[in-house]
Amino acid sequence: MPFGKGRGRAVLIWLAVLGLMIVPAALAAASPFLAYRDAPYIAGGFAGILALALLLPKPLMAAGWLPGLEGPRGRRWHRWVGALLVACVVVHVGGLFVASPPDTLDALLLVSPTPFSVYGVTAMWAVLLTALLVALRRRLGLRPVVWNVLHNALALVVVVATVVHAVQIQGAMEIVSKWVLCLAVIAVSVAVLFDLRIRKALRRR
Amino acid sequence: MHSPFYNRRSFLISGAAAAAAASSGITPALAQSWTPTATMRGGSNNYAPGAPLVDRLGRGFWVSGTVRRAGDGAPLKNVRIQIWAATTLGGEREPRNHGSVLTGPDGRYELEMEQIVPNFGQPHAHLAYDDGTFRTVFLRPVMSSARDTSVQADFVLAPA
Repeated sequence: MPFGKGRGRAVLIWLAVLGLMIVPAALAAASPFLAYRDAPYIAGGFAGILALALLLPKPLMAAGWLPGLEGPRGRRWHRWVGALLVACVVVHVGGLFVASPPDTLDALLLVSPTPFSVYGVTAMWAVLLTALLVALRRRLGLRPVVWNVLHNALALVVVVATVVHAVQIQGAMEIVSKWVLCLAVIAVSVAVLFDLRIRKALRRR
Repeated sequence: MHSPFYNRRSFLISGAAAAAAASSGITPALAQSWTPTATMRGGSNNYAPGAPLVDRLGRGFWVSGTVRRAGDGAPLKNVRIQIWAATTLGGEREPRNHGSVLTGPDGRYELEMEQIVPNFGQPHAHLAYDDGTFRTVFLRPVMSSARDTSVQADFVLAPA
């Protein structure tokens, strides 16, 4: 728990995390562009925004840094948020496919004219591969260190590819809040990776 | 057209052409060979053939450009250009966002429509030449800003 102790701290941490997640979504909900779009496009877009926002609490839950969600409880939430993330990816791609099949197929087949599409598709495959590995974890019988390296490498791909995808898109999201959320997601992911896989690993020696 | 891919390629091509012209002692203006415009990636997305000829599709946003013949660059008149885009009226499949215009004697065309809004992450228009006399070309010019109130796209057409 790197943020100290006490009820005040706990409230501040939760306010910061929820604020970083909710403010960008609320500003996107106020975008004038929504009035010109149909329901599948809007649903697909907001599923993408929610997926990006979920990448902020997800590593915090794995590390047990969220007050009230320490230890196994945090890791259980980490898995539930993972399932929610998969659902978001499905609604994101599905909604965009209904809104414009050719644009979505171009992206999935890596022939889209937009430079950010390949990063979105990369993040999608990394999310789906992670879910597959989680589902097969026991059957694969991987050693914990192998599991950690695989899982964290995929997580890093998801985080970086999602951020590069998001910041290049001109859409409903407001630019400053989008960048703040993206930088927070990167910072939290790097901090958790460093703490769990480097600092704690070195201390165990 | 404004994506890095096309920018870099067109920059390299025009740069190479200029260098070749300069080294052979011909001025670039005379040496310009008017190579056919290539169809852009994603250019034909949400194309609905046979957009009706219209005076305008709305107000405040202008799509314009020239249509020339490959080789000598002669302006082509009475060529139909089909135009569609996501605007404040709705998405790219909204019929009110589809229209055709004809080029004038100088090869120029223009169409006034509603403000184009970003669609699938970029503010862009779609244009097509698809009438058989020349080879079909689909263009997808991207606006440098979503606040732009015009976008240009030029065609150099090769015989079919």
